[in-house]
Amino acid sequence: MSGAIGLATVGMTKIFGDFTALEDVSIDVRAGDFHALLGENGAGKSTLVKCMMGFQPPTRGQVLLDGKPVSIADPRAARDLGIGMVYQHFTLVPSFTAAENLVAARGHVPAVVDWAKERKSLDAFLETTPFRVPLDRPVRELAAGEKQKLEILKLLYLDQRFLILDEPTSVLTPGEADEILGLLRGMTDAGLVSVLMITHKFREVNAFARNLSVLRRGRLVGAGAVGKVTTAEMTQMMVGDAVPRPRAARVAHAPVADAKRALEVVALYASDDAGTPRVRELDLHVEPGEILGIAGVSGNGQSEFIEALTGQRPIDDGRVFVAGQAFSPTRGDFARFKVFGLPEEPLRNAAVPRMSVAENMALRSFDRAPIAGVFGWLKPATMRARARDLVARYRVKTTSIDAAIETLSGGNVQRAILARELSEAVDLLIVVNPCFGLDFSSAAEIRNQILEARNKGTAVLLVSEDLDEILELADRVAVMSQGHIAMTAPIGETDRNAIGRAMAGH
Amino acid sequence: MDASHAAAPAPGGLVSAGAGARLRQAAEYIAIPLFALAVSAFLFSLFLLALGHSPSEFFSLLWRGGFGTAFSWRNTLQRAAPLVLTALAVAIPARIGLTIIGGEGAVVLGGLAAAAIAIPLAGMVPTIVLLGCMAILAATVGAGWIGLAGYLRHARNVNETISSLLLAYVAIAILNFTVEGPLRDPGSLNKPSTPPIGRENMLSPVPGLEVPWALVVGIAIAIALHLLMSRTAFGFAARVTGGNPRAARAQGLPVGRLIVLCTAIAGACAGLAGFFEVAGIHGNANAALAAGYGYTGILVAFLARHNPIAVVPVAILFGGIAAAGGLIQRRMGLPDATVLLLQATVFVVLLASETLYGRLRFFKAGARA
Ligand SMILES: Nc1ncnc2c1ncn2[C@@H]1O[C@H](COP(=O)(O)OP(=O)(O)OP(=O)(O)O)[C@@H](O)[C@H]1O
Ligand SMILES: [Mg+2]
Repeated sequence: MSGAIGLATVGMTKIFGDFTALEDVSIDVRAGDFHALLGENGAGKSTLVKCMMGFQPPTRGQVLLDGKPVSIADPRAARDLGIGMVYQHFTLVPSFTAAENLVAARGHVPAVVDWAKERKSLDAFLETTPFRVPLDRPVRELAAGEKQKLEILKLLYLDQRFLILDEPTSVLTPGEADEILGLLRGMTDAGLVSVLMITHKFREVNAFARNLSVLRRGRLVGAGAVGKVTTAEMTQMMVGDAVPRPRAARVAHAPVADAKRALEVVALYASDDAGTPRVRELDLHVEPGEILGIAGVSGNGQSEFIEALTGQRPIDDGRVFVAGQAFSPTRGDFARFKVFGLPEEPLRNAAVPRMSVAENMALRSFDRAPIAGVFGWLKPATMRARARDLVARYRVKTTSIDAAIETLSGGNVQRAILARELSEAVDLLIVVNPCFGLDFSSAAEIRNQILEARNKGTAVLLVSEDLDEILELADRVAVMSQGHIAMTAPIGETDRNAIGRAMAGH
Repeated sequence: MDASHAAAPAPGGLVSAGAGARLRQAAEYIAIPLFALAVSAFLFSLFLLALGHSPSEFFSLLWRGGFGTAFSWRNTLQRAAPLVLTALAVAIPARIGLTIIGGEGAVVLGGLAAAAIAIPLAGMVPTIVLLGCMAILAATVGAGWIGLAGYLRHARNVNETISSLLLAYVAIAILNFTVEGPLRDPGSLNKPSTPPIGRENMLSPVPGLEVPWALVVGIAIAIALHLLMSRTAFGFAARVTGGNPRAARAQGLPVGRLIVLCTAIAGACAGLAGFFEVAGIHGNANAALAAGYGYTGILVAFLARHNPIAVVPVAILFGGIAAAGGLIQRRMGLPDATVLLLQATVFVVLLASETLYGRLRFFKAGARA
């Protein structure tokens, strides 16, 4: 195994049209460094690493490998130089086993694979890394943490010596994240690889990184050694002089006599795509002005439950009532009962990537006045005016409201969708991991929005893998385990340990 | 070749980017197909040279036979008219993410239905009523036929590309069975046909313009469908469904209904093409209805990037190529199928050129990178 390599950028600049996403950014990641790249949503972090990987040609600027200028025209060139990247989304083939994924990643696979030989060399390879992954199960059966390990293993298997990780832990539980980052840190300490990691989590930076760089609005605003820079200083570098909005206070509601339950789910059953039952006899209810937090280890049926509730998946059995009336997930009922929501992976589930920001913001309302006139004739001017207003109010960073929504940074897609979903009166809000991939100030702001909606009487169903978020926001917590609700309790009458035990299925 | 990818329509834009960027992007959608046409012409020239023919003679004949004289223009427009309608039958479903290639089936059945309803009505009702009934029935039958492919897609998850193609073969079989059996005009001896609708009931060209009614109606429908897809809530919902079905479902959009409606609109267009063939050209229904307009329409729609307006000039171009076939055959001694080969070359090069979108630097400044 060869050693780690160092990578630096000099004067990296990227201009999209008349928008400067990166301006003169020079960062230096020495061989064996574990380097954290911080910045608000839309600061240009992903753009920077994409330029380093040859995904996008920089407008200006250079990449130095161990001090020497190199040209990286495309990701294959990066790979040949030993630079690899783990993306925010998994790139594994779900139906392949881990072993097959690794062999296929090599690119030049022989027509007939001698599996006995491959297995031996794979085992020998695994011996040299600290990562352990079951090799013979299809990837779709692996937990998120195992998949992420496999993504990293794939890079090591291709003998990549410089690993770029774009928010590698946003899909992981804190435990999984700690394990993976700890192992990576060990490898950098041994001088085997260098790591450049984009993250929004200060905890991870302080625990695992050695050096850090901070971007703000496309510029490098600070760099230093972890430990020397305090968390407060990092925050200051990230947001500049922007003053965060004050935390919304929780308003206590007086109990209303015979108020109708905002949401009531009775004995719900649903299955995954393969027909395996995933939601079994699930009962829950949410009162108006209440946040019900659903905690649980991912993969215990939360996705299937939410998809069944919002019409993306058929309901096998059971009933759903909204405001005391039978509810079916049609456009008519969404509008009539004022049901809104932010699903997970909004770009995949709640947006049309190639349509513009303005059009995406109209997804809820395009077929009603004021956007639609007689015979469904659209009024583009109204649509755009509304979008402009929402972009300003929710501070969505975009080059223009006409840009395709897929060009927005991850966090800004999230904001754009949330802006759309909160732009009207909401009686029931269904949100899933609303702060995934958001920087801390955006996360705080979005939590504020949710709390404000609750204070105004909206019932909120919050599914989150972040227990801290649930403890902060929820009035009541329900734990989902193996497809049904294993425990519910008012937030004041339970604690982290009790919830953790229920999550583990005890 | 990943045809389904190639079928992805241009991001439908009702809200437009800044004028400059928009112009550049529009330029990309014109420049790349033109480039593809040039490459095809070059490849085809090589083919002609290999056969010992002169490419310059070929292309000058192509020009003369398609566009050179008033007569060739008439011929060209007559062939272009059904192509506009059959291309729309591909372009509209493409907007909702479906690749329908069985328009031929709706052409054939539309024509058959039109001829069949004329048998009892001809002579009983005024021409205008007769033609109206024929057109409506043809469109309805076509809508049902392609709508069936859409319904199967939605309800049974049957691949619409395959099912529409297979349905086209079924349709041709129905046509042949009907004109040789139950509806055969005893007077049609070596070319089994339905009874004629009557010379007095046939459509003549638009007075004064000398263009076929089919083309005028086709252009009107193209404009109407363009407005429907880009300026109405229905079109918006269809584009959302085409762009991301998961999101469409989560928005509670009636995905199934949208799919069936879009495919039915497609079938109605193709069915009308069949009506115009019967009422404007043949005067009855026979095997000549399956002349391949449904298939050439696929080509036209792809070259037009599924834009209903762009379909019109492209259809005229292809009408011209087809019209020139006879002349080329006579003058150069090349088989009639030569123009089919030219069309095939264009199609393959065109699909290959899809990979160029978004890669050329010139168009990128200002647009997405
Ligand atoms: N292809 C593109 N065209 C136009 N603008 C773009 C494009 N890609 C990125 N941008 C813009 O560049 C800015 C930086 O985006 P980038 O994805 O680098 O942010 P980020 O720091 O990774 O944010 P996040 O934490 O939200 O992922 C954003 O404002 C985005 O809208
Ligand atoms: Mg990013």
